[in-house]
Amino acid sequence: MAAPGVEREVAMPAIEQTVRSLLLTELAVGLGVTFKQIFKRKATLNYPYEKGMLSPRFRGEHALRRYPNGEERCIACKLCEAICPAQAITIEAEPREDGSRRTTRYDIDMVKCIYCGFCQEACPVDAIVEGPNFEFAAETREELLYNKEKLLDNGDRWEREIAANLSAEAPYR
Amino acid sequence: MAEAGVWSTYFYPLFLTVGYILAIVVPLMLVLAFITYFERKVWAAIQLRKGPNVVGPFGLLQPVADGIKCLFKETIVPAGANRALFVMAPMVTFSLGLIGWAVIPFDEHLVLADLNVGLLYLFAVSSLGVYGIIIAGWASNSKYAFLGALRSAAQMVSYEVSIGFVLVTVLLCVGSLNLNDIVEAQRGLWFFIPLFPMFVIYIVSALAETNRTPFDLPEAEGELVAGYQVEYSSMTWLLFMMGEYANIVLLSGLSVILFLGGWLPPFHVEPLTSVPGVVWFLLKTAVVVFIFTWTRATLPRYRYDQLMRLGWKVFLPASLAMVVIVAGALHAFDWLPR
Repeated sequence: MAAPGVEREVAMPAIEQTVRSLLLTELAVGLGVTFKQIFKRKATLNYPYEKGMLSPRFRGEHALRRYPNGEERCIACKLCEAICPAQAITIEAEPREDGSRRTTRYDIDMVKCIYCGFCQEACPVDAIVEGPNFEFAAETREELLYNKEKLLDNGDRWEREIAANLSAEAPYR
Repeated sequence: MAEAGVWSTYFYPLFLTVGYILAIVVPLMLVLAFITYFERKVWAAIQLRKGPNVVGPFGLLQPVADGIKCLFKETIVPAGANRALFVMAPMVTFSLGLIGWAVIPFDEHLVLADLNVGLLYLFAVSSLGVYGIIIAGWASNSKYAFLGALRSAAQMVSYEVSIGFVLVTVLLCVGSLNLNDIVEAQRGLWFFIPLFPMFVIYIVSALAETNRTPFDLPEAEGELVAGYQVEYSSMTWLLFMMGEYANIVLLSGLSVILFLGGWLPPFHVEPLTSVPGVVWFLLKTAVVVFIFTWTRATLPRYRYDQLMRLGWKVFLPASLAMVVIVAGALHAFDWLPR
């Protein structure tokens, strides 16, 4: 028994129900609903030609950035290597001829990487970042083992977008 | 002289008939190919998608690409299958889908075989369709295929009964089994207006007969994978699909002839009457095919017992009652065709 006052849904009278099912009203209403969809705006994005909006916080392919004078930002502090939960980053470092501390090896195993973004949060000089590129699928595993050269190259290629995203996010960091 | 006799009495009519058949079958195959494109576009539109639009302008070459893909795939015959029957089943389905077109009048007297028993012939052909499915299910030697075939066969047989009664009411109103006469009888009023309940029963039964949603139980992926088609691949599968679509178009065309006035224009006024009858016939058929597609995009699948209940406990008594009512009305008001 329903509680008093809640009993709003009264069972349909048998006659009404019979008439409704005989006239297929529900069927007609359903067909009407789907017919209306035909004239609505399509939700399809023609992917390779059109692309969706990406947040400035999007975490895509990694890149190592440079200062405007061409000097690489990374100072080989290895914070990213330490924080990486997937242990995808391998860094080796030595002092350069001019005495500054630089990496001799900076590898990211993109197959291990979980794209958590901890590396870019740990980086004190905004050197390692995750850029907006997500189309870096490769045919072999080896192509996804990025070295320093590849990462710096990414940084040069995507600098404009990365810099714009970083400045958009600056107030929140 | 003897040679000329053989030529004029045997070879000439033979080539003429083959020519007629090709004139029907070749455009029909093209239509079947493009119906797949049409369906995908309609479903896409209803689901707010764009549908195939990459191959050719507006994706128009998509059916060609699909056909080439099927042609170049390997035909796999399972080890335990009965080879001969396994390969024969899709051919049976496909050819049965095609031979029904022999009696369909596209325009006044534009018909390959103007049979006196055209309706009976069509009914026989569509009943034979069960064989392709049963053979496929049995010859595949797979439990999924077998169960799917049993389901489809039972379903087709059940709904054929109510289709039979629908045909009986129409022929009571016409007094002829010839499809030309049936269309001619609708010159005043298309039959779907006085016989509207029968029209609805016919459309729903046609959906069940061609194994389409909401009655596409043989294709219930969750339980039966793809029903009787599980073991089929490449060309054999393509033949099944072509046969299925040929059947859909055939039953749509039949519904146009029975209820929607065949090649007749909707109103007998000047700009409409000068349009050729073929155009009217094809246009109406396209509308019915659209209804098939539309229901598939709208309705969920019936449960098997619901399907059987609808067929035997609702449609059979309803169509039987309509036969009695129509016959009684025709007799009482003296409307019987002479």
